Amino acid sequence: MIHVLAFYLFATVVIASGAMTIFSRNPVHSVLWLILAFFNAAGLMILLGAEFIAMLLVIVYVGAVAVLFMFVVMMLDIDFAELRAGFVNYLPFGIAIAVVLLAEIVLGVGIWSAGPIELAQRAAPVTGEVSNIQAIGALLYTRYIFLFEAAGIVLLVAMVGAIVLTHRARGGVRGQNIDKQNRRRPQDAVRNVKQPVGQGVEL
Amino acid sequence: MIGLQHYLVVSAILFVMGVLGIFINRKNVIIILMAIELILLAVNINLVAFSAFLGDLVGQVFSMFVLTVAAGEAAIGLAILVIYFRGRGTIAVDDVNRMKG
Repeated sequence: MIHVLAFYLFATVVIASGAMTIFSRNPVHSVLWLILAFFNAAGLMILLGAEFIAMLLVIVYVGAVAVLFMFVVMMLDIDFAELRAGFVNYLPFGIAIAVVLLAEIVLGVGIWSAGPIELAQRAAPVTGEVSNIQAIGALLYTRYIFLFEAAGIVLLVAMVGAIVLTHRARGGVRGQNIDKQNRRRPQDAVRNVKQPVGQGVEL
Repeated sequence: MIGLQHYLVVSAILFVMGVLGIFINRKNVIIILMAIELILLAVNINLVAFSAFLGDLVGQVFSMFVLTVAAGEAAIGLAILVIYFRGRGTIAVDDVNRMKG
């Protein structure tokens, strides 16, 4: 009973906040609704018994991606009212496409549930003896180790790409030149002066 | 009792919501990126639901890779957005086709 209640709670909130994400006028509100959607999707995944993916959603999305979105929304000084022009024009077309797509997907689900696809063999069956995280870890570091490393490379390339794209060399700033600092010797920098009394120092 | 169909319907609605978001916010790239995140979230719910109900862990492993690619895509997309704004002063995407060379 509590499972059913929790499912309907999470499902309702995730759909409502998804709708608010795309309909709200202020992009800052959109980001906050997106965070709520991800939180509730994590709840759905906990109900499914996928604790690891749920925690990953909270950490990666709420902790990193949503903050990145928030940062960009607040950093760019944008007139959002101008960007909403044409919203009403696009609405009927968008809703028509959405309805067609939804009908097709629900039809697909109906066909699937009429005659379920039977997998000949489970690739990695759930045994139930170990916890979800342990089972995923055992799978990820043995059979899917190359895919795991490929995912790391994807993240590295994304990081380098983002830095290269947004980096710019500014003029008028004095950066540190380590090579020049290391080449400097005491005889270039220090001068002994026999200073007569009563005269100013000449530099 | 909650079955696989319930989860599939939730993820279908969320997916469609993402597609609708792309269509109705044609000018605002930030909302379009968020709509893409919604679509990928729907895909993840789908993968995890099948993984749980068919008793196969590979779905969850694959969902992790979808998450990785989604995070990278958001970072690159926002970086492109920032340099686009820097050069143009707006993020309206209907004149992106002028961005040549």
